[in-house]
Parts: sequence; structure tokens; C-alpha cells
Amino acid sequence: MAQMTMIQAITDAMRTELKNDENVLVFGEDVGQYGGVFRATEGLQSEFGEDRVFDTPLAESGISGLSIGLSLTGFRPVMEIQFFGFVFETMDGISGQMSRLRYRSGGQYNAPVTVRSPFGGGVKTPELHADSLEGLMAQSPGLRVVIPSSPYDAKGLLISSIRDNDPVVFLEHMKLYRSFREEVPEEEYTVDLDKAAVKREGKDVTIVTYGAMVHTSLKAAEQLAEEGIEAEIVDLRTVSPIDVDTIIESVKKTNRAVVVQEAQKQAGIANHVVAEINEHAILHLEAPVLRVTAPDTVFPFAAAEDIWLPDYTNVVEKAKTVVNF
Amino acid sequence: MASNTLEQAEGHFEMFQIMNEEGEIVNEDAFPDLTDEDLQELMRRMVYTRIWDQRAVSLNRQGRLGFYAPVAGQEASMLGSQYALDQDDWIVPGYRDVPQIVWHGFPLYQAFLFSRGHYHGGQIPEELNVLSPQIIIGAQIVQTAGVALGLKKKEKNSVAITYTGDGGASQGDFYEGMNFAGSFKAPAIFVVQNNQFAISVPADAQTSAKTIAQKSVAAGIPGRQVDGMDVLAVYAATKDARERGLAGDGPSLLETLCYRYGPHTMAGDDPTRYRTSDMDDEWEKRDPLVRLRKYLENKDLWSEDRENEVVDTAKEEIKAAIKQADDTPKQKVSDLIENMHDVLPPHLKDQLEEYREKESK
Repeated sequence: MAQMTMIQAITDAMRTELKNDENVLVFGEDVGQYGGVFRATEGLQSEFGEDRVFDTPLAESGISGLSIGLSLTGFRPVMEIQFFGFVFETMDGISGQMSRLRYRSGGQYNAPVTVRSPFGGGVKTPELHADSLEGLMAQSPGLRVVIPSSPYDAKGLLISSIRDNDPVVFLEHMKLYRSFREEVPEEEYTVDLDKAAVKREGKDVTIVTYGAMVHTSLKAAEQLAEEGIEAEIVDLRTVSPIDVDTIIESVKKTNRAVVVQEAQKQAGIANHVVAEINEHAILHLEAPVLRVTAPDTVFPFAAAEDIWLPDYTNVVEKAKTVVNF
Repeated sequence: MASNTLEQAEGHFEMFQIMNEEGEIVNEDAFPDLTDEDLQELMRRMVYTRIWDQRAVSLNRQGRLGFYAPVAGQEASMLGSQYALDQDDWIVPGYRDVPQIVWHGFPLYQAFLFSRGHYHGGQIPEELNVLSPQIIIGAQIVQTAGVALGLKKKEKNSVAITYTGDGGASQGDFYEGMNFAGSFKAPAIFVVQNNQFAISVPADAQTSAKTIAQKSVAAGIPGRQVDGMDVLAVYAATKDARERGLAGDGPSLLETLCYRYGPHTMAGDDPTRYRTSDMDDEWEKRDPLVRLRKYLENKDLWSEDRENEVVDTAKEEIKAAIKQADDTPKQKVSDLIENMHDVLPPHLKDQLEEYREKESK
């Protein structure tokens, strides 16, 4: 075991898979000798060579086209989009093409692509670096969307994503890259896709969340505990498809739920979670399911992040509202 | 000064032709390595494809085919380039490029199922290196850069070829694909079939560039404008591009000047709204079939009987293929769900069960 930050765990997952499978290729803008703008691919090119880990020209659509073509010739691409706000340049490549390759070929071809990309607020990035756009991906049939919140999950989920024979969009929250360390096994292990994790047990209210908001919700849970409310925190980990069983099991126990996301109210995947709870557990609910989200504006100018991003006090407030409903 | 530079640059992209409209060889030095049998086979394929196009238009009108983009006029461009390939080469076609994949080995009845919208029409047989026709104009170009890089990395002795139209050369993916393949020195051939119109918009409204071939300069790769109604020129240019690719010299761009005699697609396009009959007449004089026929007849390598035989065979095989398409089982929602993922996620497992139950009733 070693103490790792999330970014180290991510590098370790790629190193593990580059070692395990000669068809794994890692590429994107500045991921080669430079080691990535966040050092996620640090040392990988010198260890595995330029054939396996390489830079591309600056064009996101070209990068996903490259991934599809490499898939067709037997490779397992791990491509990077430098910041997920740049996904619009390659929406066709991801949502229009790789997501559909297996289906449009009646199962004859597949795209075992992992799309790695950083996102997330709280680090005062310039425009279109931090936007939460997982909701767009979640609406594309044929994609899985994974968002880890801890170093341990990041390594296990990334190894699972790379091994998956279909495309996975793997979103890495920038604020979590180096915010804390955790024990991460040095050997290979996987964390199942499509499975949520209960990160804190509680009996009074279920908080369904993902990404950086897992930590915001855990902080809120501490505050709530001081006030006698025990919150159960469900970390979705895979946000598309969502693990309905784990959510419903928790809601049936607590009878109350809040969904917390960093994305705007009209975006993200919170609406989907609420709908699933309504469909599967309405008779167990003592209160409506409420949402904590960002406001429906464009992602804020850097100096306005603090007043715009959801924080733990918003979670505490909504949790109390459903408990006292 | 600036316009002088432009003229100089454009001077490098003169049209490459081997056989003129009378079927005479005008560029003996460039005559490709084709035997008499090869030339007869090319003629056979062009006649067959012309008949297939006529039948497809008619079957579409009867409602027995769905989406169809006519190809009459483009036989030399499509089949001459495909004929220059080896069986291991990859074809990444656009929506009009069904003939290339069929002559590469894709069963005709499956091409008809693609037209109708049936998933079996996308199930490429094992070991056949083609993709289904791409509907998103330009997407095939960036994907081809990836296929070609894959072939290079796997040290295969083969290339990837892709096709788009004159309108497609305005897309970002067209530039990105050429530029990526150039940067990686990947064995790709990019063919722009300049058939003069993108639906109703004429080629000269797409760009101020005098040729599409010169767009290769932006990627730093060779470009060549070819008489796309001359099957010998198309074959020879593709062969050269292929050899460059195999030698590790990277990709090439070919612009084939051609014409579609029919409408853009069979979905209600009316070419008389944007094309004059003079223009049609002018291009009909350049018909690739007439040209090769004249050449072969002059050498006693082709006859009316021979041609009629091809026509009869084509009609019979098309009839049989339509029958086979008719006999293909109807699609079920459960089939569509099963084709989504290797490991179905829980929500799709639930929906699969739901639809299987409905389908069993």
C-alpha cells in the first residue's frame, strides 16, 4: 500500500494497463514527454516509449477519430481531452460515433476507448475549463460515464474503464487531483463500473452525489450529525448508467433523499436520480426529493466561483428541509 | 505579388488524365499496370454498377429500398480507386460510397439492408476491412487517420482509403483528418469526389480555392487532381498514393473531377432546380463507361453481346439480393438492445427483459 493523491492513482492505473496489455495506447495534447498538463501521464512515455504514449496535434475531433480508427485495428485507446469544456469540438466523435460503433455494426466492431478528461470548479480556471458537462454524455446511449471521488476509486475505476470493451468517459475533478491522499494498493485491482458506494452510513436522509460534491456532502453530514441528523452518503461513481438498486435500497431505509451535484439545475444527472426514486420508492418517501445544484447560468467568472458553486451549507439546509418536511 | 503566388501554387494542380473522351490514350507514359483482362473486369464492374444504380433508383421508387444516394457518373472514380487496393486495405466510405465496399466484398443484399435501415446491413463479414457508409460528412476522414495509424503501428502492409464529396472538403474534420495522417505519416488515401454539387450548392460556392487538391498543402501532403471520369487515371493515381503509403511516405489527397447524373439522394431532391440540361449534356459526353467502351472496342476487347451478358447477370443478381433482403428476419427491440454493449448495464438488462416478454406474446 502507498499513500497516493488521486492524480498519482490515475497515473498508476494507466501504468498498470500499459504494462498489462500491449494494445493500450495513451495519447492527447501534451501527454507525452511533458507528462500532461496535470502530470497525469508523467513518466509514462519514458517507460513505455513513443509508440505507446504520444502527443497529437491540437484538435479534439481528430483525437477521437484517431481513437475510433485505432480501435478498428485492434488497439485499446486511452485518449485525453485536456479540459472537458473542449468536448464540444468532439461531440460527434464521442456521442455521434464511438458510442454507436457496436450498435451500427450489429456487434461486429467495438470501440474500447477510454476518454479521460479533467473538469470541475473551485480552482479558478479560465473560461470553459471547469464546466460540468457529464449530463450531455449521460444522454448518449452507448457511453458509460465514470466520475471518481477518491484515489482508491480512481485507480480501480480507471482500470475497469480501460478494460471495458465499450467507450467510457472518465471525468477527473481538478479540485480532487491533489486535495488529499489515501491508501491505494500498488498491485492491480478493479472497482466495478455501474456500482455506487455508500461512503457514510446513516438512517435519516440519503444524499446521492458524485465528484467533488461527495466531499462537500460528507462535510455537511458531519454538521448534520452534530444536530442529530444521520445522513447516508451514496457516491454514484458511475453517473451513467446510475446504480438504481443502491439508491433505492438507501432511500427505503431513510425515507428521505437529497441529490447533490456541482452542475447547474438544468444539467448534470440529478433529475434522472429524482425520477428513478419517484418511480421505484414513492411509497417510501416522507418528503419530496430535493436537489442541491448550481444556478442555471453559464459557469461563473473565476472570481465568482465561491458564491456560485454549491457548498456544504446548501446541503445541510436542503437535508434539514426534507427531514423537517 | 500575393495573387501571383496563388497562381503559382495553383499551377501545381493540373488535372491528371490518361484516356480522353474518345477513348484515346493521351498520356502513354502514365498507362497503369493493367492487363486486358483487368480492363475488361473494370468495364464489367462499371456496367454492372450502372445497372445496379438504375435498379436501385427504381426499387426506391417502388418503396422496396430506403435511403439511396445515386452513383451514375461516378463509376470510374469509385471503382477505379477500389480496384487499386489490396484485399487487406481498409475502406471507410461516405454515404454515397456503397459500390466501393460491395466490390471489396460486402454482400449486395446487406447493402440493400443498409438502405432499408436494418442492423444486419451494418454487420460487416469477418475479415472484410470496410466500415458502413458514414452519414456524418467528415467523420470518416478523422477515423481514417486512426485506421491508417493503426495499420502502421501493427506493421501491416496495407493502407486505409476514404471518400468524401466536394462539400465535405469544407468540414473541419476533413482538415483535421488529413493533418493528423500527415503528422503521423500514416498510410491513408483521402479521395474527394468532386461531383460539382453538394445537394444544390455548386463546388465553387464551397471555397475560393481553384482546386480541392491544393488543400493538401495545408496538411503538407501531396495532392493531385484527377479526371474522375477516366478510370485509368483514377486507378493510376490511387495506385501511386497506395505505394507512397506503403513506403512510409504518408498520406495523399486525390480530387476526382466527376459528376452525378442522378439526384443527390432519392429523398425528394430535384436537380433541375439547380442544374441546367446543358451541364448534364456536357458531362454525359465524358461518361466513364462510354470512354472505356470505345477504348476496348477499338482493341476488340468488348462487344455488345458481352455487355448484354453483364446487364443480364447484374439484373439477376440484384433480384436475388433483394429477395435475400426480403427474407431477412425483422428487427426486434431486443436485438437492438443486445447490440449496445459487450456487458449490458443494469437498466438495459431490465429493458431487454421487458421487450423480450412483449416479443414473446
